[in-house]
Amino acid sequence: MGILVIADHHNSDLTPVTANVVAAAKAIGGDIHLLVAGADCQAAAEAGAKLEGVSKVLVADNAVYANQLAENTAALVATLGKNYTHILTGATGNGKNFMPRIAALLDVEQISEIISVESADTFKRPIYAGNAIATVQSEDAIKVITVRGTSFDAVAATGSASIEAIAEVTDAGLSSFVSEELAASDRPELTAAKVVVSGGRGVGSAEKFDIIYKLADKLGGAVGATRAAVDAGYVPNDLQVGQTGKIVAPELYIAAGISGAIQHLAGMKDSKVIVAINKDEEAPIFQVADYGLVADLFDAVPALEQQL
Amino acid sequence: MKVLVAVKRVVDYNVKVRVKADQSGVDLTNVKMSMNPFCEIAVEEAVRLKEKGVATEVVAVSIGPKNAQEQLRTAMALGADRGILVETDEQLSSLAVAKILAKVAEEEQPQIILMGKQSIDTDNNQTTQMLAALAGFSQGAFAAGLVVEDGKATVEREIDGGMQTININLPAVISADLRLNEPRYAKLPDIMKAKKKPMDTKTPADYGVDTASKVKTLKVEPPAERSAGIKVGSVEELVDKLKNEAKVV
Ligand SMILES: Cc1cc2nc3c(=O)[nH]c(=O)nc-3n(C[C@H](O)[C@H](O)[C@H](O)COP(=O)(O)OP(=O)(O)OC[C@H]3O[C@@H](n4cnc5c(N)ncnc54)[C@H](O)[C@@H]3O)c2cc1C
Ligand SMILES: Cc1cc2nc3c(=O)[nH]c(=O)nc-3n(C[C@H](O)[C@H](O)[C@H](O)COP(=O)(O)OP(=O)(O)OC[C@H]3O[C@@H](n4cnc5c(N)ncnc54)[C@H](O)[C@@H]3O)c2cc1C
Repeated sequence: MGILVIADHHNSDLTPVTANVVAAAKAIGGDIHLLVAGADCQAAAEAGAKLEGVSKVLVADNAVYANQLAENTAALVATLGKNYTHILTGATGNGKNFMPRIAALLDVEQISEIISVESADTFKRPIYAGNAIATVQSEDAIKVITVRGTSFDAVAATGSASIEAIAEVTDAGLSSFVSEELAASDRPELTAAKVVVSGGRGVGSAEKFDIIYKLADKLGGAVGATRAAVDAGYVPNDLQVGQTGKIVAPELYIAAGISGAIQHLAGMKDSKVIVAINKDEEAPIFQVADYGLVADLFDAVPALEQQL
Repeated sequence: MKVLVAVKRVVDYNVKVRVKADQSGVDLTNVKMSMNPFCEIAVEEAVRLKEKGVATEVVAVSIGPKNAQEQLRTAMALGADRGILVETDEQLSSLAVAKILAKVAEEEQPQIILMGKQSIDTDNNQTTQMLAALAGFSQGAFAAGLVVEDGKATVEREIDGGMQTININLPAVISADLRLNEPRYAKLPDIMKAKKKPMDTKTPADYGVDTASKVKTLKVEPPAERSAGIKVGSVEELVDKLKNEAKVV
């Protein structure tokens, strides 16, 4: 008996959140195995073997797992998972897609997006866009859990687990991959960045978003946005921060031209330092900002970039 | 083909909820309730499938208290043909909701079940995927685009780094992300017409579903409040604070 962590990865590498999920597994306590299900994913498995606390990496390397289609991944884990007391993964796009399917196949409930481990069966999780924190206790024999990465400090990459191949292959035959369009970017990943500079509707257009990118690049940070900015087409949708977008908790979050709707705050209010730049001194974003600057962002953002 | 659309009654998204003093939950007395925003998008998509001639009938289903009738009437005003209310005053787990919906699906035999990607109260984001597993259907979670053709659905999905397109067999369960469409507003004549559309009322027991949950909520607390900081007078002062006080740059 032990804990199975399902790795979030791109076959050729692990995404940073996996190290945070292993930290949550360590807080629960027990033998930790890491499952890497993908295709040509040996590199991800090797990266996983280094994560402190992992004793064994299980690799399911087969074309049917290449794009992490929920039907196939869930069928695999529903079989493997019966040998564990806990199954964990990150609350990422992939994790949110396959994990509830696994839970239902195992006939257990899922505990979504935990932010702390109180004991092996008790966890805290945000509800109502983070406006309330529920402490929940599960009596299910297998606890299926997604983990909010930003709430756990990543484990170090100093371990050396064994790697074992899994022969079993399940193709549910229900779905097939067609294509993927990934935004190419040299900037750090939004959910793992130390600095995030976000723009809202106040930025006004895709062209004017340039000043947000410039400031982010100066700080070595990632770019985020509100739903309003995404809907208006200023930036692609994977930059949305909030209740229904990405959850970020960087050292520094700079919000420019953002009003501070609760749905947006839900995604960034755990940031260490928040800076708000808004021309409306009544904007609710100032209620959560450590440093508020009432100014026109078209003056303040370029000036900030120059002076840093 | 028949399309089933699941709608949930939740606290209106504009309401800032408060936690009860006894930590038993959030205070929902006299709070405005609405259809979960993601479910509105699901209803809109179902109605568009009917308008395109893909769907022949749109059936809305909700599991919740008697008042969830209001959300079903809204769905019918937007274009659903009839409603099914599975009445319960219990707060059900996603797994229990999925089990009930699986039974409804067995009875109704839809080719497509549309749902919201997450409900804004519990933020679980589970029911769609669980229902797909229980029914043995394929799933298209977080859909931003949907095309139904030749007994298959092509779903454009929002993923972490961008977009993914998959092809899935029918029957399928599909969950609506924010950008799937922009829901219409119900017009007054349609609201009037919706009052006359048929609505069945059932209970979880009618479907033989045991709704007992193995997950207990021990307490519900307010989050750690962030105290408002200070206003700085200039960019120079801001840079100084970030360098010397917060030490983050
Ligand atoms: C179900 C649901 C889920 C949602 N999920 C999310 C989510 O995940 N993330 C999210 O962000 N939103 C989400 N929203 C939307 C949210 O409610 C708000 O509509 C959105 O966050 C507002 O974005 P904004 O602050 O950019 O725009 P606005 O509220 O329009 O604010 C723009 C701000 O810019 C300021 N401004 C304008 N010009 C300038 C200037 N020149 N200089 C300085 N300041 C300027 C204005 O004073 C204003 O405060 C969701 C909504 C719903 C219903
Ligand atoms: C403070 C609090 C404490 C709670 N404690 C408990 C508890 O101790 N035990 C317990 O069993 N439950 C409890 N619940 C309730 C439970 O968590 C949810 O009601 C349940 O999980 C269903 O919604 P969801 O968030 O999982 O849906 P999601 O998976 O987030 O919703 C996705 C979609 O599923 C569909 N859907 C979901 N629910 C319904 C529905 N009722 N009718 C029709 N369609 C639906 C909709 O299309 C929706 O858009 C609690 C809720 C709160 C707020």
